[in-house]
This record gives sequence, C-alpha cells and structure tokens, in this order.
Amino acid sequence: MAQPPPPSSPPRAQTSPGPAKVGAVPNRRLGSVRGVPMSSPPGRRARLSSPGTGRSSSETREELRRRLLGLIEGNRVMIFSKSYCPHSTRVKELFSSLGVECHILELDQVDDGASVQEVLSEITNQRTVPNIFVNKVHVGGCEQTFQAHQSGVLEKLLQGDSAYDYDLIVIGGGSGGLACAQEAAVLGKKVMVLDFVVPSPQGTSWGLGGTCVNVGCIPKKLMHQAALLGQALIDSRKFGWEYNQQVKHNWETMTEAIQNHIGSLNWGYRLSLREKAVAYVNSYGEFVEHHKIKATNRKGQETCYTAAKFVIATGERPRYLGIQGDKEYCITSDDLFSLPYCPGKTLVVGASYVALECAGFLAGLGLDVTVMVRSILLRGFDQEMAEKVGSYMEQHGVKFLRKFVPIQQLEKGSPGKLRVVAESTEGPGAVEGVYNTVLLAIGRDSCTRKIGLEKIGVKINEKSGKIPVNDVEQTNVPYVYAIGDILEGKLELTPVAIQAGKLLARRLFGGRLEKCDYVNVPTTVFTPLEYGCCGLSEEKAIEVHTKENLEVYHTLFWPLEWTVAGRDNNTCYAKIICNKFDNERVVGFHILGPNAGEVTQGFAAAMKCGLTKQLLDDTIGIHPTCGEVWKEKTFLKLTSVDVV
Amino acid sequence: APWACSPQTCLPGRLRWPQRRVQPPHWQASGSHAGVRADGYDLLVIGGGSGGLACAKEAAQLGKKVAVVDYVEPSPRGTRWGLGGTCVNVGCIPKKLMHQAALLGDMIRDAPHYGWEVPPLVPHDWKKMAEAVQNHVKSLNWGHRVQLQDRKVKYFNIKASFVNEHMVCGVTKDGKEVRARWPEGIEGALEYGITSDDIFWLKESPGKTPPLADVALECAGFLTGLGLDATVMVRSIPLRGFDQQMSSLVTEYMASHGTRFLRGCTPSRVGRLPDGQLQVIWEDLASGKKDVGTFDTVLWAIGRVPETRSLHLENAGVNTHPNSQKILVDAGEATSVPHIYAIGDVAEGRPELTPPAVMAGKLLARRLCGQSSDLMDYDNVPTTVFTPLEYGCVGLSEEEAVARHGEEHVEVYHAYYKPLEFTVAERDASQCYIKMVCLREPPQLVLGLHFLGPNAGEVTQGFALGIKCGASYAQVMRTLGIHPTCAEEVAKLRITKRSG
Repeated sequence: MAQPPPPSSPPRAQTSPGPAKVGAVPNRRLGSVRGVPMSSPPGRRARLSSPGTGRSSSETREELRRRLLGLIEGNRVMIFSKSYCPHSTRVKELFSSLGVECHILELDQVDDGASVQEVLSEITNQRTVPNIFVNKVHVGGCEQTFQAHQSGVLEKLLQGDSAYDYDLIVIGGGSGGLACAQEAAVLGKKVMVLDFVVPSPQGTSWGLGGTCVNVGCIPKKLMHQAALLGQALIDSRKFGWEYNQQVKHNWETMTEAIQNHIGSLNWGYRLSLREKAVAYVNSYGEFVEHHKIKATNRKGQETCYTAAKFVIATGERPRYLGIQGDKEYCITSDDLFSLPYCPGKTLVVGASYVALECAGFLAGLGLDVTVMVRSILLRGFDQEMAEKVGSYMEQHGVKFLRKFVPIQQLEKGSPGKLRVVAESTEGPGAVEGVYNTVLLAIGRDSCTRKIGLEKIGVKINEKSGKIPVNDVEQTNVPYVYAIGDILEGKLELTPVAIQAGKLLARRLFGGRLEKCDYVNVPTTVFTPLEYGCCGLSEEKAIEVHTKENLEVYHTLFWPLEWTVAGRDNNTCYAKIICNKFDNERVVGFHILGPNAGEVTQGFAAAMKCGLTKQLLDDTIGIHPTCGEVWKEKTFLKLTSVDVV
Repeated sequence: APWACSPQTCLPGRLRWPQRRVQPPHWQASGSHAGVRADGYDLLVIGGGSGGLACAKEAAQLGKKVAVVDYVEPSPRGTRWGLGGTCVNVGCIPKKLMHQAALLGDMIRDAPHYGWEVPPLVPHDWKKMAEAVQNHVKSLNWGHRVQLQDRKVKYFNIKASFVNEHMVCGVTKDGKEVRARWPEGIEGALEYGITSDDIFWLKESPGKTPPLADVALECAGFLTGLGLDATVMVRSIPLRGFDQQMSSLVTEYMASHGTRFLRGCTPSRVGRLPDGQLQVIWEDLASGKKDVGTFDTVLWAIGRVPETRSLHLENAGVNTHPNSQKILVDAGEATSVPHIYAIGDVAEGRPELTPPAVMAGKLLARRLCGQSSDLMDYDNVPTTVFTPLEYGCVGLSEEEAVARHGEEHVEVYHAYYKPLEFTVAERDASQCYIKMVCLREPPQLVLGLHFLGPNAGEVTQGFALGIKCGASYAQVMRTLGIHPTCAEEVAKLRITKRSG
C-alpha cells in the first residue's frame, strides 16, 4: 500500500508553496486573484517540480501536491487546462463572459505537466482537463461547470457563499465520527453529525458515542474489571483478608452501575458537541443525490441537508447466523451489556475477541459458559498466543466446543431455556445443549448498504460491505471520506478511528498534511488473562520477513502477586519477534498476563522509536513488575512449538 | 555462628586475572571446616543481594571460579533473613506483596459497586499475610541457593572483612550492604522502634504506627490500606530526589485515604507506657512546640546506611565517601583499588534500586571475563514507588530538567485523568496525573515521564524503553492508544503547562 502522494482537499492556511516556483502561468493569465501574491514572472522560468520529470520521488511529489493545493486555495477560480483543448477554451470563455478573473495553469506548457495531471487525479479522482476549482470547491470538468452554471450553483460558489448548508456532515456519532466533527468545528467549520441507532432485533438501543462507549470497549472493560474483582476476592483471602461467606454476584447491580456511567458519557458527548457548536441530529442519514443527504428521525420525519464534504463513520453491527430463530432468541454484544437479567448458563457462538472477552467475564462472574468455535480462536492474532488465551480460559472453567457450528433452529423450551443443536464441521455428529442465553459473536457487518451510497456512486466491497479508501481516507467520490471500522483493510479499533478522524479534519480544514499511521498499532484483548500485542504476529512476520530472517525470544513468567495467591506459575507468557538482519529490530511484541494493556502501551511507543533487542537488553527494569519480564532470561525460540 | 570467632578462615579473592595472582601469606584453614578452605577464587563477591548474586552467577557462567560471602547481621530487633539481600528479604518483594494485600483491600471495597455481595467490613489478619509473604521469601532464599549450587558458585554464610587487598577474612562484623538507618540522639529509638528490616517479618500486626522517607510512604501506604492507623512524621519533604509536584500528589492521595501526616516535625523521645504502648514526643520544627502521641509501633524509615566500616576497607586501601561512607567507584564500577569493584546500593552515587544493581553486576562480570566492554548506563533508570496510588517515573524530574536546560527550553505536557475502573467504583481520581517533560525545541525530545495512577510500574516500563530509544514528543503522540487503559492517557498528552 505504498501510494506515494496523498490527495487532500485544499488546506486553509500554512501551505508554503514557495510562490516563486509556482506561478508558471505563461499566457492567457487573466489575473492574479484576490491579491494573493502569485509572484510568477511571465514565461516558463518556473518549474512545478524539481529537475527531472522522469523520477518523481515521493518528496517532490509531496511538494508538488502542496503547491497545487496552494494554487487551489489561493485563487477564487483555478483552472487546470491545456492550451489546445477545446473544452478548456469553452470554460475559459464562460468565466470570461461572467467577468470573473481566473487563474490558469496550462499543463502542456510546463515541464512537469504530466506529474501535475497525475497528482490532480489523486486529489480529485479526475484525470482529464479542464479541471476547475471555484472557491476551493472542486467543480469538475467542462460539462459539470456548465451544469453548475445552469443550476445556479456556480453563481453561489462564486459569491463565496457556501453552496451548501454545511462544510462537513459526519454520518455516525461514534468515536471516529465525533473526533472528526469536533476537530473540524474547532477549525471554524460548520459541521453536522447525524447519529441514529437502529434498535437490535431484541430491541436494544443506546445514546450518542457509538459502539465503543455503549456496547464495546467501555462496558466490556468494566465487566472484565468486575470479573477481575471476583478473582481478587479469591486472592484476598490468601493475603489475610477474612470473610467466610460465599460471595455472590448480582448482575443487576453491576449492569445498572455500568449503564449509569455510560449514560454520563452519552451526556458528555452531547455537551461537548454543543460547546463546539456542532449540529447534532438524532436521525438516520441516507444519501439522496450528490452533496445531499436525507435525515429521517424516530418519528419518520425527513429533512434534507447539503454539505461540501461528507465523512462516513457508520461503523458495524453484530452479524446473525442466518438460521431460523436467531434474531428471535439469540442476543449479541449489542444486548448483553444492558441485559436486565443475569444471562445464566450461556452459549457463546464465535471465537472472535468479542466472543472470548464476553465468555471470559461471564465465567469470571460465576456463570456456566460454553464457547462454540467453528475453526480457530482470535483469527488475525498470533495463533500461539490465541491458543494460550483459550487454554487459560479452559482451565478456568470455560468449556469449548471445537469444530462445531449451530445448524438447527433454536427452540424455545421451558421458560428461559433454549435448545441448540449443532453439527460438527468435520463430518457427521451433532451435539445438543440447553442454555439460558445464546450470545452470537461471529463477526460484525458494516453499516454501508442502506445509506444511499449507490446514489452518489461511492464504491463498497460488495462482499464485505467495507469501503475502500486511499491513504487519506478518501473514497472514490472525492468529497466523500470514510473512517473507522467500515474501512477496508484497516484496523477496527477506537483509537485508530479517533486518530484518523482528527487527522482527516486537520487535513481537510487545517492545512495539515499528516496522515494516519496504521503501522504498529497496539491492542489488547481483555480476556481473563489479558493479551496485549503490537506489530506482527509470528505467522505474519514469517510471511513478511521469512523464517530465516527472524529471531523469536520468549519466556514464561510468574507475576509476584500470583505467588502468594497460589496461582499458576507457567501461564503468563511473553514473546518478541526480531528481524535478524535489521539490527534485531522488534517487529512483533506479545504479552499474556495481568495488566497486559498497561504494559503494551509503552512498548508500542518504543517500537515507534525503532526498538531493537539490544535496547531492550540495555533498559533497566522496574522491580517488581510484569513489564520487567524482559529482564529475566529470555530464551531463543527454536521451533514454533518449543516452550521453555 | 562458628565463623564469627574463627579468625583464621580466610578467603583470598584473586579479583583480577590472569595477572597479579597473589597467594595469601598466612593461609590457614579452620580444621573443622576444611571444606571452606578456599584456594583462591577468580572472583569473590561480598554480599549476596541482587547485584552480588547476578554478578557471581554471570561470572560463573563464563567459567570463572566464584564465591559469594553473605551474612545477615540481625537487626537491633533481632530480625534476620536468608540469601538474596534487601530486595528479596526486606525490600521490593515483601513490600510489593504487602502493597498488593492493601490493593486487594481496595478491591474488596470496590467489589460491591461491581455487583459482588461482599460483607461491609472485612477484617485483615496480619499474621496470615505475613506468613504467606515470608513463605514466599523463604522459597526465594532457597531458589537463590539452588541457583548458586547449579552454577558451582561457592556460598559462605559468614561475615567478611578485608585483611589486605587480596584477602578477605571471615571474622569481624559483616557490612557489605546498606541497612536501614537508625536515628541518633533520640532517646528510646533503638529499644522501642523498628525499621523496614523488621516490619515484613513481624508476626503480629504493628497496630497504630508512625513511620518516620520512599520506604516510609510505601509502608505507611500499605499499613493504612490494611486498616491500620498510620501516621507519617516528615522532617522536611517527602520523596526527596523525586519530582516534587508528583510527590505532593502522592501524599495528598494518601492523606485523603486515611494516612495522617505530621509535617516539619522531628521526634525527640520514645518511651514505653505501662500499658505497653509507645509514647512518642516530637517537636514542630517551625514553632518549636512539643507534642505527644501514643502508638503501638514506631517504624524508622529515615534512610539507609552502608555498613562499610566493618568491612575494614582501609586494610585493602579502598576509599569511601567521607560523609555517606559509601564506596567511591568509577564508570566501570572499580574502586580506588583496581581489582576491587563495588556495585549496588553500597557504591556512591548509584541509584538504590535492584534492577540497576543486577544489570551492573552482570555487565561487570562480562567485562571482567573479557566478554564485552559495555559499561552500565545509569541514565534514565525507571522506577516506581508503590504507594497506594503508584508513582512511576523515568528520566528527569521537572526541577532537574529546568535546572539542566533552563525553563525556557523545557516544555511540560500534562493531564489529569480518570481511570475507567474508578468510575463505577466511585473512587476519587483527583490525584491521577501524568506529566511528560520534553525539550521545547523540535523534535521535543522526551526528558522524563511521570505517571501517577494504578499499575504505574507496568505503564512506565515500556515508556522507559521509548526514552532509551530517544523518543520525541511527536513520536509518542503518533503512537496509538490502547483503549481503554490508563497508559493510553500518555499518548494523549496535548496540553502544556505553559499554555495553562
């Protein structure tokens, strides 16, 4: 994915195009507009890109792009044309007849016209000339310009009034969408957020903030914490705390406390939007035509809004099995965290991190939990670590049914009981079980199919529903961007969406160029024994670097707090994967143990700074912590099954 | 201890090889302990603490003949312990475990908020905890002995003292390590007080306790956490040497969680009352006013002293610092006598921490064995104070950064935050705070990181690596957070102190 120069919409300020170099407007120069010092002397002295047109290193491309953006930014009307092109001529005549001064760059009369054309096509997705911008808004080619003229839009654009209600409309009020909207508002733009939660089949819905806050990270971590406290209660007796009675857990108390916290977060988000003067509309957004979206509220009332730019941040919702009775009887993570009753004996279908996390804390709260796995645990994660996560859970009371997939419809038995029939994926043989709750966690689907994307021609991956974007989160329709879980080939993580959203807003409206860096993003799975990782899994590392180039160091460790508590001494595990021929640079970091999230964060920062094995050896540990595990003897891993 | 009175037992240490092998002039082994007779070692390590053991094991691994001499002089209260030094016996390990016990107490109080039906007042049994902690420490003592045996390192449980520069004799008072300092000129201090050397080995709960330094705060912290009434008496500033803003937040948190502080006070007399309680008289240094209070236990945590005097270093010609009595060393840990080296808490100007001692010991052994020439880098040593709200730090304090670079060249990014777990538990997070001290000029190199909050040790470790890699503010900001953790707050620091 090494696409060199990123397009972006016109930055507002701070572009440093180096005016002397820019100009390059040989003839037909209708005027330098609005006093912007386009101090280009006539003639062909200036070049748009550095020496050879043949080699366009990414740097010079970057510079070129900046200069072009500077031209677009600095001129009321900017036309990229070719002197011999009849369409270009028509457009120039149109503006001339309107008495409007234009700034024109003839691509056939500059040395690097070809590069300019390439970069332009990246910015606008339009390869042809003429390519017209009016007041920083990309109008399009000859035909679009005349259409705009006829419909009056061109007039509006020329008047400097925005032709649209908003500078930016964000569809989806999750972590990414809100971050983007607020940043754009801070940069002085008129912004609207559309957010609407379609109730789950069980009828659960929630407030502003998206998956993370309502049905993701936040409640999950809190329920995980509740389960950890259960473990702490067991440990505490060994540390001298005295109480005899069996401690019971009350689901309602926990859920109420967690929902109260979420409620305060929802409120906080609304307040924060109001403070930044972002218009928040609790309606379902759907594109109806270019630059226009229809918002439908709970009562079915429809309102249309227009905007110069759109960001799609609609996120994902849990997938159902597609068998009879699933939507009727099963719940998903959308329902679990606000479930008004204790789920009791639970079957968790799936082996994603959502499935394992939920199964983990439910078991930790004392429930009878079974996980039904089709093939592998934690797909995409390091498989050695995934297996260890699974076996720890198994040792701590979670049952696993491997290679089974539910096939028959779920029946409602005696009240609150569900019968599940499943068959093996490996031939004949079926199992049957009775559960109080069946929780589906078999994956999530992007909410991209019912928002009118086809009306404006935004391409999605038909199979996955995900939206392909370039490295500046731009879709194939230039004024439409997408961030968060719905991106194709990107990570589904809150901090990623937030970072992408903020940086996008800054690029669009703040004149900044920084792109979201999707490399070495750390993450943690909050299973009973937490698993933190950053960089490549061992499998992926072998695929990328080949086995011969890698050195893997690993060790088991026994957290000090576990000693007195009498917990397993051969469970917590850490592993780093180094590139032998790159100074033993750490390309993968994996740790399985208490507080893995807290431990992993700093290591991720260190990996950003080029962490090597040598540096790891040279850094002094903090005693006694789990983070210092690297200071213990780490062992060279010889084969993929060798455990010390 | 038969060795205390057998002045003949000498262990010549040939500390620099292969040249300068010196045979002891009057070598004589005690008849009954012929087995201890030592024919000269390549390396003799005096002190079986973390640094000493690490050095001994590494040298043995590299094929050298090594002996370790370790002996624990009982504390004035009679407390003694096994192999492993301060960290294992009366330092990090028991401290962190008792800290954990106190944290578990917090969790028990959190649990009802999370739906666990715990009885409202859960008592704590000191005896049970102490026994469990001590059992673990004993297993570590045993582990260290086994490791020495495995690596063929000879271990002598005797006191050591220098006869001359190549000979150590197992007689006089032991004292290669740093021990808790006792106050001078306070009546009753020795008779009635205890130190951190004793507290972890108390069979009974210390009851109402005023600990009188980071050890002081840590002990006071877990004592309070275990439900005891603890008072800290501080002469000047708590946590000297640490960032003072952080330090005051640490004490603020402790004060709001039940630890009492008597600031600017110094004790003048400790006496026993008829009912067995201890009466402490102290003076307010500002007003000169005297005050009195009764306690069950007085814990002296007024610093630690190296017991180098009894080593008779002068016999070997090793120089010590006139004030601190610590041994003067160069960058290669060599003392004024080139073949005698000193590592760990006993060396002047070194951090009194286990991991640097361990690493210094290993690196020293490798240099002595010609395996490498790497010197120990004492910069950017990360550490954590395990007070109830943990404080982790690496690099420079704000004061030190300003002193070194000038205020106009230092940018401090900071933030208060609320750990997610605190929300539901309705815990007060007003002291959860992070501060990153950077150079002001781009790329804004990170000079120091200070983190106050749960699991500070775990959070700080990775960032210490980053700082070692020369992290800049921009690089830390480009690191995406792990949601939801406390550590992600570090990657979200956007506000500078300068901006207000």
